[in-house]
Amino acid sequence: MPLEARDVSFRYGRGDWVIHRASLTVDPGEVVGLKGESGLGKTTFARVVAGYLFPQEGVVLLDHAHLRRGCYNPVQLMHQHPEKAVNPRWRMRDTLKEAWEVDDATLAALGVEPSWLGRWPNELSGGELQRICLARALGPETRFLIADEITTMLDAVTQAQIWRAILARVRESGLGVLAISHDGALLKRVADRVVEMVDIMKW
Amino acid sequence: MAVVNMDGEKERVLDRAPSLEVEESFSNTASISPEKSEPDSRSSKRESALLLEVRDLAISFTQYSKGLRQRTISPIVDLNLVAKRGEVVAVVGESGSGKSLLAHFIMGILPGNARVSGELYYDGLPLTRERVERLRGREIAFVPQSVQFLNPLMRVGAQVPVKGKKKREKEKELRDIFARYRLAKGTERKFPFQLSGGMARRVLLASATARGARLMVADEPTPGLDDAAVGEALGHLRELADEGRAVILITHDLEQALGMCDRVAVFYAGTTLEEAPASDFNGDGHDLRHPYTRALWMALPSNGFHAVPGNQPTPDSLPEGCLFSPRCDIATQICFSERPPKRELRGGWVRCHHAA
Repeated sequence: MPLEARDVSFRYGRGDWVIHRASLTVDPGEVVGLKGESGLGKTTFARVVAGYLFPQEGVVLLDHAHLRRGCYNPVQLMHQHPEKAVNPRWRMRDTLKEAWEVDDATLAALGVEPSWLGRWPNELSGGELQRICLARALGPETRFLIADEITTMLDAVTQAQIWRAILARVRESGLGVLAISHDGALLKRVADRVVEMVDIMKW
Repeated sequence: MAVVNMDGEKERVLDRAPSLEVEESFSNTASISPEKSEPDSRSSKRESALLLEVRDLAISFTQYSKGLRQRTISPIVDLNLVAKRGEVVAVVGESGSGKSLLAHFIMGILPGNARVSGELYYDGLPLTRERVERLRGREIAFVPQSVQFLNPLMRVGAQVPVKGKKKREKEKELRDIFARYRLAKGTERKFPFQLSGGMARRVLLASATARGARLMVADEPTPGLDDAAVGEALGHLRELADEGRAVILITHDLEQALGMCDRVAVFYAGTTLEEAPASDFNGDGHDLRHPYTRALWMALPSNGFHAVPGNQPTPDSLPEGCLFSPRCDIATQICFSERPPKRELRGGWVRCHHAA
Protein backbone atom coordinates (compact mmCIF):
# COMPACT_ATOMS: atom_id res chain seq x y z
CA MET A 1 0.00 0.00 0.00
CA PRO A 2 2.17 2.83 -1.29
CA LEU A 3 2.46 6.55 -0.65
CA GLU A 4 2.09 8.24 -3.97
CA ALA A 5 2.48 11.81 -5.24
CA ARG A 6 0.81 12.09 -8.62
CA ASP A 7 1.61 15.12 -10.79
CA VAL A 8 1.58 17.51 -7.84
CA SER A 9 2.22 21.20 -8.46
CA PHE A 10 2.56 23.85 -5.82
CA ARG A 11 3.17 27.59 -5.69
CA TYR A 12 3.07 30.16 -2.95
CA GLY A 13 0.35 32.73 -3.65
CA ARG A 14 0.37 33.75 -7.27
CA GLY A 15 4.09 33.23 -7.75
CA ASP A 16 5.94 30.87 -10.06
CA TRP A 17 5.52 27.14 -9.61
CA VAL A 18 7.92 25.87 -6.97
CA ILE A 19 7.28 22.28 -7.88
CA HIS A 20 5.53 21.33 -11.07
CA ARG A 21 3.92 18.01 -11.88
CA ALA A 22 6.13 16.06 -9.50
CA SER A 23 5.46 12.33 -9.24
CA LEU A 24 7.00 9.82 -6.88
CA THR A 25 5.93 6.57 -5.22
CA VAL A 26 7.32 5.12 -1.99
CA ASP A 27 6.42 1.54 -1.10
CA PRO A 28 6.23 0.18 2.45
CA GLY A 29 9.62 -1.09 3.56
CA GLU A 30 11.34 0.98 0.90
CA VAL A 31 13.77 3.87 1.37
CA VAL A 32 13.73 6.31 -1.53
CA GLY A 33 16.45 8.96 -1.67
CA LEU A 34 15.56 12.36 -3.10
CA LYS A 35 18.53 14.46 -4.09
CA GLY A 36 18.98 17.96 -5.46
CA GLU A 37 20.62 21.34 -5.08
CA SER A 38 19.10 23.89 -2.74
CA GLY A 39 16.21 25.91 -4.15
CA LEU A 40 14.79 23.11 -6.26
CA GLY A 41 11.74 22.60 -4.07
CA LYS A 42 12.75 19.52 -2.09
CA THR A 43 11.40 20.87 1.18
CA THR A 44 8.20 22.14 -0.43
CA PHE A 45 7.71 18.68 -1.93
CA ALA A 46 8.26 17.10 1.49
CA ARG A 47 5.62 19.36 3.02
CA VAL A 48 3.17 18.55 0.25
CA VAL A 49 3.69 14.80 0.56
CA ALA A 50 3.27 14.95 4.35
CA GLY A 51 0.05 16.89 4.00
CA TYR A 52 1.24 20.20 5.43
CA LEU A 53 0.63 21.99 2.13
CA PHE A 54 -2.15 21.36 -0.35
CA PRO A 55 -1.02 21.07 -3.94
CA GLN A 56 -2.90 23.32 -6.36
CA GLU A 57 -2.75 20.52 -8.90
CA GLY A 58 -2.34 16.78 -8.57
CA VAL A 59 -2.95 14.50 -5.59
CA VAL A 60 -1.11 12.78 -2.78
CA LEU A 61 -2.49 9.31 -2.15
CA LEU A 62 -1.95 6.89 0.69
CA ASP A 63 -3.32 3.43 -0.04
CA HIS A 64 -4.88 4.97 -3.16
CA ALA A 65 -6.96 7.37 -1.02
CA HIS A 66 -6.52 10.99 0.03
CA LEU A 67 -4.75 11.69 3.33
CA ARG A 68 -7.33 12.00 6.09
CA ARG A 69 -7.53 15.12 8.22
CA GLY A 70 -8.27 15.40 11.91
CA CYS A 71 -6.64 12.16 12.94
CA TYR A 72 -3.13 10.82 13.45
CA ASN A 73 -1.21 11.32 10.22
CA PRO A 74 0.45 8.04 9.16
CA VAL A 75 2.85 10.15 7.07
CA GLN A 76 5.20 11.89 9.50
CA LEU A 77 7.55 14.73 8.56
CA MET A 78 10.92 15.38 10.20
CA HIS A 79 12.85 18.61 9.76
CA GLN A 80 16.45 19.71 9.46
CA HIS A 81 16.42 21.80 12.66
CA PRO A 82 14.93 19.83 15.57
CA GLU A 83 15.23 22.82 17.89
CA LYS A 84 12.63 24.57 15.75
CA ALA A 85 10.32 21.55 15.79
CA VAL A 86 9.76 21.29 19.55
CA ASN A 87 8.00 23.58 21.98
CA PRO A 88 10.74 25.42 23.92
CA ARG A 89 8.52 25.55 27.01
CA TRP A 90 7.80 21.84 27.18
CA ARG A 91 9.99 19.24 28.77
CA MET A 92 10.89 16.41 26.42
CA ARG A 93 8.49 14.05 28.19
CA ASP A 94 5.55 16.30 27.27
CA THR A 95 6.84 16.79 23.74
CA LEU A 96 6.77 13.03 23.23
CA LYS A 97 3.44 12.57 24.95
CA GLU A 98 1.75 14.95 22.52
CA ALA A 99 2.22 12.36 19.79
CA TRP A 100 1.95 9.01 21.59
CA GLU A 101 2.91 7.14 24.78
CA VAL A 102 6.42 6.31 23.69
CA ASP A 103 7.47 2.93 25.04
CA ASP A 104 10.85 2.16 26.58
CA ALA A 105 11.80 -0.22 23.79
CA THR A 106 11.50 2.55 21.20
CA LEU A 107 13.52 4.95 23.34
CA ALA A 108 16.23 2.35 23.83
CA ALA A 109 16.32 1.49 20.13
CA LEU A 110 16.84 5.16 19.27
CA GLY A 111 19.48 5.72 21.96
CA VAL A 112 17.31 8.16 23.92
CA GLU A 113 18.50 8.19 27.53
CA PRO A 114 15.78 8.30 30.22
CA SER A 115 17.42 11.33 31.86
CA TRP A 116 16.70 13.46 28.79
CA LEU A 117 12.96 13.23 29.27
CA GLY A 118 12.93 15.66 32.18
CA ARG A 119 14.96 18.24 30.31
CA TRP A 120 14.10 21.37 28.35
CA PRO A 121 15.00 21.62 24.65
CA ASN A 122 17.77 24.16 25.27
CA GLU A 123 19.53 21.66 27.57
CA LEU A 124 19.95 19.06 24.83
CA SER A 125 22.26 19.01 21.85
CA GLY A 126 21.00 18.92 18.28
CA GLY A 127 21.65 15.19 17.94
CA GLU A 128 19.81 14.42 21.17
CA LEU A 129 16.83 16.55 20.15
CA GLN A 130 16.69 14.96 16.73
CA ARG A 131 16.44 11.54 18.37
CA ILE A 132 13.55 12.79 20.49
CA CYS A 133 11.86 14.04 17.31
CA LEU A 134 12.41 10.66 15.68
CA ALA A 135 10.87 8.87 18.67
CA ARG A 136 7.93 11.26 18.48
CA ALA A 137 7.44 10.57 14.78
CA LEU A 138 7.64 6.77 15.02
CA GLY A 139 4.28 6.09 16.66
CA PRO A 140 2.58 2.73 16.07
CA GLU A 141 0.34 4.21 13.38
CA THR A 142 3.21 5.79 11.44
CA ARG A 143 3.66 4.08 8.09
CA PHE A 144 5.80 6.59 6.20
CA LEU A 145 8.56 8.92 7.32
CA ILE A 146 9.54 11.98 5.31
CA ALA A 147 13.08 12.80 6.45
CA ASP A 148 14.00 16.26 5.18
CA GLU A 149 17.76 16.74 5.66
CA ILE A 150 17.39 15.36 9.19
CA THR A 151 21.08 14.73 9.78
CA THR A 152 22.56 17.64 7.84
CA MET A 153 23.39 19.52 11.04
CA LEU A 154 24.77 16.50 12.87
CA ASP A 155 28.19 14.92 13.19
CA ALA A 156 28.99 11.68 11.38
CA VAL A 157 28.61 9.35 14.38
CA THR A 158 25.20 10.71 15.35
CA GLN A 159 24.13 10.65 11.71
CA ALA A 160 25.04 6.97 11.42
CA GLN A 161 23.26 6.17 14.71
CA ILE A 162 20.03 7.86 13.65
CA TRP A 163 19.95 6.32 10.19
CA ARG A 164 20.73 2.86 11.48
CA ALA A 165 17.81 3.16 13.90
CA ILE A 166 15.50 4.20 11.04
CA LEU A 167 16.71 1.38 8.81
CA ALA A 168 16.08 -1.15 11.60
CA ARG A 169 12.51 0.10 11.80
CA VAL A 170 12.19 -0.21 8.01
CA ARG A 171 13.23 -3.86 8.20
CA GLU A 172 11.15 -4.73 11.26
CA SER A 173 7.86 -3.06 10.54
CA GLY A 174 7.89 -2.11 6.89
CA LEU A 175 8.20 1.62 7.42
CA GLY A 176 8.51 3.49 4.12
CA VAL A 177 10.99 6.38 4.05
CA LEU A 178 11.54 9.35 1.77
CA ALA A 179 15.09 10.47 2.55
CA ILE A 180 15.75 13.99 1.31
CA SER A 181 19.34 15.20 1.22
CA HIS A 182 21.92 16.97 -0.88
CA ASP A 183 24.48 14.40 0.31
CA GLY A 184 24.84 11.77 -2.39
CA ALA A 185 27.13 9.52 -0.31
CA LEU A 186 24.58 9.39 2.51
CA LEU A 187 21.68 8.56 0.18
CA LYS A 188 23.70 5.87 -1.55
CA ARG A 189 24.25 4.35 1.88
CA VAL A 190 20.66 4.45 3.19
CA ALA A 191 18.37 4.37 0.16
CA ASP A 192 17.21 1.48 -2.02
CA ARG A 193 17.00 3.87 -4.95
CA VAL A 194 17.90 7.53 -5.43
CA VAL A 195 16.02 9.98 -7.64
CA GLU A 196 16.92 13.53 -8.57
CA MET A 197 14.44 16.30 -7.80
CA VAL A 198 14.73 17.63 -11.35
CA ASP A 199 13.89 14.21 -12.78
CA ILE A 200 10.63 13.69 -10.92
CA MET A 201 9.12 16.93 -12.24
CA LYS A 202 7.68 17.75 -15.65
CA TRP A 203 7.67 21.34 -16.89
CA MET B 1 12.20 30.83 -9.23
CA ALA B 2 12.23 34.35 -7.86
CA VAL B 3 9.31 33.50 -5.65
CA VAL B 4 11.09 30.55 -4.12
CA ASN B 5 13.72 32.94 -2.91
CA MET B 6 11.18 35.44 -1.69
CA ASP B 7 9.47 32.83 0.35
CA GLY B 8 12.68 31.38 1.63
CA GLU B 9 13.59 34.85 2.80
CA LYS B 10 10.26 35.33 4.45
CA GLU B 11 10.67 32.17 6.44
CA ARG B 12 14.06 33.24 7.55
CA VAL B 13 12.78 36.60 8.71
CA LEU B 14 10.17 34.84 10.81
CA ASP B 15 12.75 32.46 12.25
CA ARG B 16 14.88 35.34 13.29
CA ALA B 17 12.34 37.28 15.26
CA PRO B 18 12.67 35.68 18.71
CA SER B 19 16.43 35.89 18.92
CA LEU B 20 16.93 39.23 17.22
CA GLU B 21 18.66 40.80 20.20
CA VAL B 22 21.38 38.21 20.45
CA GLU B 23 22.17 38.44 16.80
CA GLU B 24 22.23 42.21 16.93
CA SER B 25 24.93 42.10 19.53
CA PHE B 26 26.98 39.83 17.28
CA SER B 27 26.79 42.07 14.26
CA ASN B 28 27.77 44.96 16.48
CA THR B 29 30.90 43.26 17.68
CA ALA B 30 31.83 42.38 14.14
CA SER B 31 31.72 45.99 13.03
CA ILE B 32 33.23 47.66 16.06
CA SER B 33 35.69 50.28 14.94
CA PRO B 34 38.56 50.63 17.39
CA GLU B 35 40.29 54.00 17.55
CA LYS B 36 43.77 52.96 18.54
CA SER B 37 46.12 50.71 16.63
CA GLU B 38 47.97 47.91 18.34
CA PRO B 39 51.72 48.42 18.15
CA ASP B 40 52.77 45.33 20.10
CA SER B 41 51.22 42.83 17.72
CA ARG B 42 52.58 44.33 14.52
CA SER B 43 56.15 44.33 15.77
CA SER B 44 56.29 40.60 16.46
CA LYS B 45 54.83 39.68 13.10
CA ARG B 46 57.65 37.52 11.83
CA GLU B 47 58.68 35.88 15.07
CA SER B 48 56.62 32.72 14.95
CA ALA B 49 53.85 31.03 13.06
CA LEU B 50 51.86 30.71 16.25
CA LEU B 51 49.13 33.35 16.41
CA LEU B 52 46.58 32.11 18.91
CA GLU B 53 46.89 29.60 21.68
CA VAL B 54 44.19 28.32 24.01
CA ARG B 55 45.76 26.45 26.93
CA ASP B 56 43.82 24.12 29.27
CA LEU B 57 40.64 26.12 29.06
CA ALA B 58 37.74 25.31 31.37
CA ILE B 59 34.42 27.15 31.40
CA SER B 60 31.62 26.50 33.85
CA PHE B 61 28.30 28.10 34.63
CA THR B 62 26.24 28.09 37.78
CA GLN B 63 22.56 27.78 37.04
CA TYR B 64 19.41 27.77 39.08
CA SER B 65 17.66 24.50 38.39
CA LYS B 66 14.58 24.58 40.57
CA GLY B 67 13.75 27.42 42.94
CA LEU B 68 16.95 28.33 44.76
CA ARG B 69 18.73 25.07 44.05
CA GLN B 70 21.90 25.62 42.09
CA ARG B 71 23.90 23.36 39.89
CA THR B 72 27.15 23.76 38.07
CA ILE B 73 27.61 22.71 34.49
CA SER B 74 30.98 22.44 32.79
CA PRO B 75 30.55 22.68 29.02
CA ILE B 76 34.32 23.09 28.52
CA VAL B 77 37.08 21.17 30.35
CA ASP B 78 40.74 20.71 29.39
CA LEU B 79 40.47 22.33 26.01
CA ASN B 80 43.50 23.20 23.90
CA LEU B 81 43.76 24.78 20.50
CA VAL B 82 46.49 26.43 18.47
CA ALA B 83 46.01 28.61 15.39
CA LYS B 84 48.99 29.29 13.14
CA ARG B 85 49.58 31.85 10.43
CA GLY B 86 48.99 30.48 6.95
CA GLU B 87 46.97 27.55 8.26
CA VAL B 88 43.38 26.47 8.54
CA VAL B 89 42.69 24.50 11.71
CA ALA B 90 39.35 22.74 11.69
CA VAL B 91 37.51 22.31 14.96
CA VAL B 92 35.20 19.31 14.56
CA GLY B 93 32.83 17.68 16.99
CA GLU B 94 29.17 17.13 17.58
CA SER B 95 26.78 19.76 18.80
CA GLY B 96 27.30 20.35 22.48
CA SER B 97 31.04 19.63 22.30
CA GLY B 98 31.89 23.26 23.07
CA LYS B 99 32.81 24.49 19.58
CA SER B 100 30.72 27.65 19.53
CA LEU B 101 31.42 28.41 23.17
CA LEU B 102 35.13 28.40 22.34
CA ALA B 103 34.50 30.94 19.57
CA HIS B 104 32.56 33.14 21.98
CA PHE B 105 35.41 32.85 24.48
CA ILE B 106 38.00 33.92 21.90
CA MET B 107 35.85 36.87 20.83
CA GLY B 108 35.30 37.87 24.46
CA ILE B 109 31.53 37.59 24.36
CA LEU B 110 30.84 34.95 27.01
CA PRO B 111 27.89 35.70 29.28
CA GLY B 112 28.69 37.32 32.61
CA ASN B 113 28.04 34.27 34.79
CA ALA B 114 30.73 32.17 33.09
CA ARG B 115 33.63 31.04 35.23
CA VAL B 116 36.77 30.66 33.18
CA SER B 117 40.16 29.14 33.92
CA GLY B 118 43.03 28.52 31.55
CA GLU B 119 45.04 30.78 29.33
CA LEU B 120 44.53 32.55 26.02
CA TYR B 121 47.46 34.00 24.11
CA TYR B 122 47.29 36.09 20.97
CA ASP B 123 50.55 36.92 19.24
CA GLY B 124 52.57 35.96 22.30
CA LEU B 125 50.66 38.07 24.82
CA PRO B 126 47.67 37.24 26.99
CA LEU B 127 44.45 38.18 25.25
CA THR B 128 42.66 40.07 27.97
CA ARG B 129 39.11 41.32 27.78
CA GLU B 130 40.32 44.89 27.14
CA ARG B 131 42.72 43.76 24.45
CA VAL B 132 40.16 41.65 22.61
CA GLU B 133 37.75 44.54 22.67
CA ARG B 134 40.37 46.60 20.89
CA LEU B 135 41.27 43.86 18.37
CA ARG B 136 38.02 42.22 17.43
CA GLY B 137 36.40 43.40 14.27
CA ARG B 138 39.84 44.49 13.11
CA GLU B 139 42.63 41.99 13.72
CA ILE B 140 40.36 39.22 14.95
CA ALA B 141 37.31 38.69 12.81
CA PHE B 142 34.31 36.48 13.31
CA VAL B 143 32.48 34.91 10.37
CA PRO B 144 29.14 33.94 11.84
CA GLN B 145 27.16 30.85 11.09
CA SER B 146 24.18 32.38 9.47
CA VAL B 147 23.35 35.20 7.14
CA GLN B 148 20.86 36.27 9.76
CA PHE B 149 23.77 38.00 11.45
CA LEU B 150 23.48 40.84 8.93
CA ASN B 151 21.42 43.76 10.14
CA PRO B 152 18.16 43.42 8.17
CA LEU B 153 17.46 47.17 8.27
CA MET B 154 20.82 48.38 6.96
CA ARG B 155 22.08 48.44 3.40
CA VAL B 156 24.85 45.86 3.13
CA GLY B 157 27.44 48.41 2.01
CA ALA B 158 27.09 50.20 5.33
CA GLN B 159 27.73 46.95 7.19
CA VAL B 160 31.20 46.47 5.76
CA PRO B 161 33.65 48.51 7.85
CA VAL B 162 36.24 50.04 5.51
CA LYS B 163 39.36 51.85 6.58
CA GLY B 164 39.27 54.93 4.37
CA LYS B 165 38.66 58.37 5.87
CA LYS B 166 37.16 60.37 3.01
CA LYS B 167 33.92 59.39 1.42
CA ARG B 168 35.50 58.76 -1.95
CA GLU B 169 38.24 56.56 -0.47
CA LYS B 170 35.65 54.56 1.37
CA GLU B 171 33.56 54.02 -1.73
CA LYS B 172 36.55 52.88 -3.74
CA GLU B 173 37.66 50.50 -1.02
CA LEU B 174 34.19 49.07 -0.72
CA ARG B 175 33.98 48.53 -4.49
CA ASP B 176 37.36 46.76 -4.47
CA ILE B 177 36.44 44.41 -1.69
CA PHE B 178 33.04 43.65 -3.19
CA ALA B 179 34.66 42.97 -6.54
CA ARG B 180 37.01 40.52 -4.84
CA TYR B 181 34.02 38.54 -3.62
CA ARG B 182 32.24 38.77 -6.98
CA LEU B 183 29.54 41.05 -5.67
CA ALA B 184 28.17 43.05 -8.57
CA LYS B 185 28.17 46.83 -8.64
CA GLY B 186 25.09 48.09 -6.86
CA THR B 187 25.08 45.26 -4.32
CA GLU B 188 26.19 47.70 -1.62
CA ARG B 189 22.89 49.57 -2.02
CA LYS B 190 20.83 46.46 -1.35
CA PHE B 191 19.27 45.22 1.85
CA PRO B 192 20.06 41.70 3.13
CA PHE B 193 16.65 40.32 2.13
CA GLN B 194 17.41 41.19 -1.49
CA LEU B 195 20.47 38.93 -1.57
CA SER B 196 20.66 35.19 -2.14
CA GLY B 197 22.16 33.02 0.60
CA GLY B 198 25.48 32.77 -1.22
CA MET B 199 25.72 36.52 -1.82
CA ALA B 200 24.86 37.33 1.78
CA ARG B 201 27.61 34.96 2.88
CA ARG B 202 30.10 36.74 0.62
CA VAL B 203 29.06 40.03 2.22
CA LEU B 204 29.80 38.53 5.64
CA LEU B 205 33.24 37.44 4.44
CA ALA B 206 33.88 40.85 2.92
CA SER B 207 32.85 42.42 6.19
CA ALA B 208 35.15 40.18 8.20
CA THR B 209 38.18 40.76 5.97
CA ALA B 210 37.67 44.45 5.21
CA ARG B 211 39.94 45.62 8.02
CA GLY B 212 42.72 43.18 7.23
CA ALA B 213 42.06 40.65 9.97
CA ARG B 214 44.92 38.33 10.89
CA LEU B 215 42.81 35.76 12.69
CA MET B 216 39.51 34.54 11.29
CA VAL B 217 37.11 32.54 13.42
CA ALA B 218 34.44 30.98 11.18
CA ASP B 219 31.58 29.34 13.06
CA GLU B 220 29.81 26.73 10.88
CA PRO B 221 29.95 28.88 7.74
CA THR B 222 28.47 26.28 5.39
CA PRO B 223 25.27 24.52 6.52
CA GLY B 224 22.34 24.95 4.22
CA LEU B 225 24.52 25.71 1.21
CA ASP B 226 24.65 23.46 -1.80
CA ASP B 227 27.92 21.89 -2.90
CA ALA B 228 28.98 24.71 -5.20
CA ALA B 229 28.38 27.35 -2.54
CA VAL B 230 30.16 25.27 0.10
CA GLY B 231 33.18 24.94 -2.18
CA GLU B 232 33.20 28.67 -2.71
CA ALA B 233 32.87 29.59 0.97
CA LEU B 234 35.61 27.16 2.02
CA GLY B 235 37.74 28.24 -0.92
CA HIS B 236 37.62 31.82 0.33
CA LEU B 237 38.74 30.74 3.79
CA ARG B 238 41.59 28.72 2.29
CA GLU B 239 42.65 31.76 0.29
CA LEU B 240 42.70 33.89 3.43
CA ALA B 241 44.99 31.36 5.09
CA ASP B 242 47.24 31.21 2.06
CA GLU B 243 47.68 34.97 2.36
CA GLY B 244 49.19 34.42 5.80
CA ARG B 245 46.18 34.68 8.04
CA ALA B 246 45.26 32.11 10.67
CA VAL B 247 41.84 30.56 10.18
CA ILE B 248 39.82 28.60 12.74
CA LEU B 249 37.05 26.71 10.98
CA ILE B 250 34.39 25.42 13.35
CA THR B 251 32.28 22.71 11.78
CA HIS B 252 30.39 19.49 12.45
CA ASP B 253 31.20 18.28 8.95
CA LEU B 254 34.53 16.45 9.03
CA GLU B 255 34.43 15.50 5.36
CA GLN B 256 34.03 19.07 4.12
CA ALA B 257 36.76 20.36 6.40
CA LEU B 258 39.29 17.69 5.38
CA GLY B 259 39.24 18.96 1.82
CA MET B 260 40.83 22.27 2.77
CA CYS B 261 42.27 22.33 6.29
CA ASP B 262 45.80 21.66 7.53
CA ARG B 263 45.06 20.35 10.99
CA VAL B 264 42.00 18.96 12.74
CA ALA B 265 41.19 19.44 16.42
CA VAL B 266 38.59 16.94 17.60
CA PHE B 267 36.26 18.19 20.33
CA TYR B 268 34.17 15.95 22.54
CA ALA B 269 32.10 16.97 25.57
CA GLY B 270 34.10 20.18 25.88
CA THR B 271 37.59 18.74 25.66
CA THR B 272 40.08 18.38 22.83
CA LEU B 273 40.65 14.66 22.45
CA GLU B 274 43.11 14.89 19.61
CA GLU B 275 44.84 17.21 17.22
CA ALA B 276 45.93 15.58 14.00
CA PRO B 277 47.27 16.65 10.62
CA ALA B 278 44.50 16.42 8.01
CA SER B 279 46.54 13.85 6.09
CA ASP B 280 46.16 11.36 8.97
CA PHE B 281 42.53 10.86 7.98
CA ASN B 282 42.95 8.07 5.47
CA GLY B 283 42.14 4.42 4.93
CA ASP B 284 40.77 2.69 8.03
CA GLY B 285 42.03 5.50 10.26
CA HIS B 286 45.07 3.69 11.69
CA ASP B 287 47.11 6.93 11.59
CA LEU B 288 44.64 8.56 13.97
CA ARG B 289 45.41 8.64 17.68
CA HIS B 290 42.12 8.62 19.56
CA PRO B 291 39.37 5.96 19.33
CA TYR B 292 36.72 8.69 19.01
CA THR B 293 38.51 10.34 16.09
CA ARG B 294 38.65 6.97 14.41
CA ALA B 295 34.95 6.43 15.13
CA LEU B 296 34.13 9.80 13.60
CA TRP B 297 36.15 8.99 10.50
CA MET B 298 34.66 5.52 10.10
CA ALA B 299 31.10 6.85 10.55
CA LEU B 300 31.25 8.81 7.30
CA PRO B 301 28.82 7.41 4.73
CA SER B 302 31.70 6.73 2.36
CA ASN B 303 33.78 4.96 5.07
CA GLY B 304 31.47 2.27 6.40
CA PHE B 305 28.82 4.29 8.19
CA HIS B 306 29.76 2.68 11.54
CA ALA B 307 27.83 3.95 14.53
CA VAL B 308 29.50 3.79 17.94
CA PRO B 309 26.67 3.30 20.44
CA GLY B 310 26.04 5.71 23.29
CA ASN B 311 25.96 9.45 23.66
CA GLN B 312 28.26 12.32 24.45
CA PRO B 313 27.98 13.01 28.22
CA THR B 314 26.07 16.11 29.23
CA PRO B 315 27.99 18.95 30.92
CA ASP B 316 26.30 18.40 34.30
CA SER B 317 27.26 14.73 34.55
CA LEU B 318 30.71 14.22 33.14
CA PRO B 319 32.39 10.88 33.82
CA GLU B 320 35.23 10.89 36.32
CA GLY B 321 37.88 9.50 34.00
CA CYS B 322 38.34 9.92 30.25
CA LEU B 323 35.25 11.62 28.82
CA PHE B 324 34.98 9.01 26.07
CA SER B 325 35.50 5.99 28.38
CA PRO B 326 31.80 4.99 28.67
CA ARG B 327 31.69 4.42 24.90
CA CYS B 328 35.25 3.28 24.26
CA ASP B 329 35.87 -0.35 23.40
CA ILE B 330 39.53 -0.32 24.44
CA ALA B 331 38.91 1.33 27.81
CA THR B 332 40.57 -0.24 30.87
CA GLN B 333 40.50 0.45 34.63
CA ILE B 334 42.65 3.57 34.41
CA CYS B 335 40.38 5.12 31.76
CA PHE B 336 37.43 5.13 34.15
CA SER B 337 39.32 6.68 37.04
CA GLU B 338 41.80 9.15 35.55
CA ARG B 339 41.52 11.86 32.93
CA PRO B 340 44.33 11.21 30.46
CA PRO B 341 46.77 14.12 30.16
CA LYS B 342 47.60 15.71 26.83
CA ARG B 343 50.65 14.16 25.20
CA GLU B 344 52.51 14.58 21.94
CA LEU B 345 52.33 11.71 19.50
CA ARG B 346 53.41 11.34 15.88
CA GLY B 347 53.15 14.98 14.79
CA GLY B 348 49.95 15.63 16.71
CA TRP B 349 48.76 15.14 20.24
CA VAL B 350 46.13 13.14 22.04
CA ARG B 351 44.34 12.67 25.36
CA CYS B 352 44.20 8.89 25.67
CA HIS B 353 45.90 6.45 28.03
CA HIS B 354 46.22 3.84 25.32
CA ALA B 355 47.13 5.75 22.17
CA ALA B 356 50.39 4.60 20.63
